[in-house]
Amino acid sequence: MIVFERPHALIDVPLHYCPGCTHGIVHRLVAEVIDELGIEGNTIGIAPVGCSVMAYDYFNCDMIEAAHGRAPAVATGVKRADPSKFVFTYQGDGDLASIGMAETVHAAARNENISIVFINNAIYGMTGGQMAPTSLPGQVTQTSPYGRDPKLCGYPIKVCEMLSQVDGAEYLERVAVNNVRNIRNAKKAIKKAFQNQLDGKGFSLVEVLSSCPTNWGLTPQNALKWIDEKMIPYYPLGVYKDRSAEEAAK
Amino acid sequence: MADKVLMKGNEAIAEAAITAGCRFYFGYPITPQTEIAAYMAKRMPKIGGTFLQAESEIAAINMVYGVASAGKRVMTSSSSPGISLKGEGISYMAGSDLPGLIVNVQRGGPGLGGIQPSQSDYFQATRGGGHGDYHLIVLAPASVQEMADLTIKGFELADKYRMMTMILADGTMGQMMEPVSLDFDIKPEPEKPWATTGTQMKRPHNIINSLSLVPEELEQQNFRRYEKYAEIEKNEVMYEEYMMDDAQIAIAAFGIAARVSKNAVNEARSKGIKAGMIRPITLWPFPKEPFMKAAEHVKQFISVELSMGQMIEDVQLAEQCRRPVTLCKRAGGMIPSPEMVLAAIEEAAENGGAL
Repeated sequence: MIVFERPHALIDVPLHYCPGCTHGIVHRLVAEVIDELGIEGNTIGIAPVGCSVMAYDYFNCDMIEAAHGRAPAVATGVKRADPSKFVFTYQGDGDLASIGMAETVHAAARNENISIVFINNAIYGMTGGQMAPTSLPGQVTQTSPYGRDPKLCGYPIKVCEMLSQVDGAEYLERVAVNNVRNIRNAKKAIKKAFQNQLDGKGFSLVEVLSSCPTNWGLTPQNALKWIDEKMIPYYPLGVYKDRSAEEAAK
Repeated sequence: MADKVLMKGNEAIAEAAITAGCRFYFGYPITPQTEIAAYMAKRMPKIGGTFLQAESEIAAINMVYGVASAGKRVMTSSSSPGISLKGEGISYMAGSDLPGLIVNVQRGGPGLGGIQPSQSDYFQATRGGGHGDYHLIVLAPASVQEMADLTIKGFELADKYRMMTMILADGTMGQMMEPVSLDFDIKPEPEKPWATTGTQMKRPHNIINSLSLVPEELEQQNFRRYEKYAEIEKNEVMYEEYMMDDAQIAIAAFGIAARVSKNAVNEARSKGIKAGMIRPITLWPFPKEPFMKAAEHVKQFISVELSMGQMIEDVQLAEQCRRPVTLCKRAGGMIPSPEMVLAAIEEAAENGGAL
């Protein structure tokens, strides 16, 4: 009996991600969910600019590469062109919470019926480790070499908390992929975000706390610990909005 | 002959786009083209189409990118400052070989500039406007009828060549009203097997993308795109010649400048001056051949523009500097009067067509 195999939605090619990077885990979770929901043939995925820019080479569904930060606007176009299609974006923190903040907030405000997988690893990975909108206070990066000073460059943006104040948003959850229990929860959240779109419920975003051992200057194991010790206290895990559940409870 | 209706240029573009099968419009308010958005907001919901006021020009062009990726006819419109914002998306669409229509109802610049008519986005339009090696097909209407006709043509060319077409109009063209016939023979849209519409598990996945990290491959992509451009330069050039057969002084003008210049040419002819006009309708590809031909008998060209002189460079390139080319211009939202153009023609005639 086969108990473990590559999801069909994930193409059998080597990923370009660094050793210890958790993008591979999240790619796999997304692909497993696509397989389980049986939606691969009807799915259009949208890749960002950032480390996951080449996600179009990894997912077996139709894929579009968007300009930096514009994936929610591109997704809006694709979804409006044919609402029967399943449309997801896969974006990093610089893409979604810095240069693409307007597109993110307004897609949520319109309750666009799309699903967003948001990778928060507190750094710009692809360009070699610069300060991200989500870098923690004190965090040393290439462009905050003395540590992020909130007085100089502001505070990190808490995307789920912020979007929870947007009436249009349907579902917001923050998860992590630094241990088995968290990975299982992350998959559940992604599946719910995808199912919401199939049910016509609207804008669903899952923020995934991820590791970047290369640019954090940590071993893969210590990077996973750093998520527990530094990131989760600043970015608490949990559901920040679930409109359908809240309405059902009323 | 179908009945004509009285319409604003902006409305004629909107109605023609709908007639061409465009059911997706994304835009952001900016004068003097907002009538296009207002028209679409009213009409699209009634015909099962989508009008969406985007949060920015940047978002609007990326929504266009999404619909174009999905293989549907789509458009956006704006005016000069808004087109600058769309520049990023336009470059990405060029790099991803996506078709669509962009309308620029130009106003005076640079910066926020003003809201009166201008042609000072000529360089931006004909040289691409965003980063990288690419062109748009650029169409320049000179009447409300042409606003409609070139919209239809623009969608057809975009789909035929898998690239963006731009209508380069100006505030006058957008705002003025003229009788227009909207009776069009619409060709069926071509198949778009490259579109991202879902594999249905029946074909390999399609990818819409402008990233290519291997320079040898990226170079080949650029070469292939420019082979397509060469084909367009061969097949799609449009222009109007007015009294050019024996012309000794030739005006080069497009859009509202051509309307004004035609009056001046008529007036010059009544005074016995052999004046004529070449009106480019495609600004890219630029009509080089009529200028080369005219250089045989024309003594001087006058480029009449609502800018500090932009098309004049293409005129000089087209006639290969065989005859002098002077500039008759207003800028910043001002329009040359027929008297001003006539004076330029008379001065040229007095000088024997020499500088």
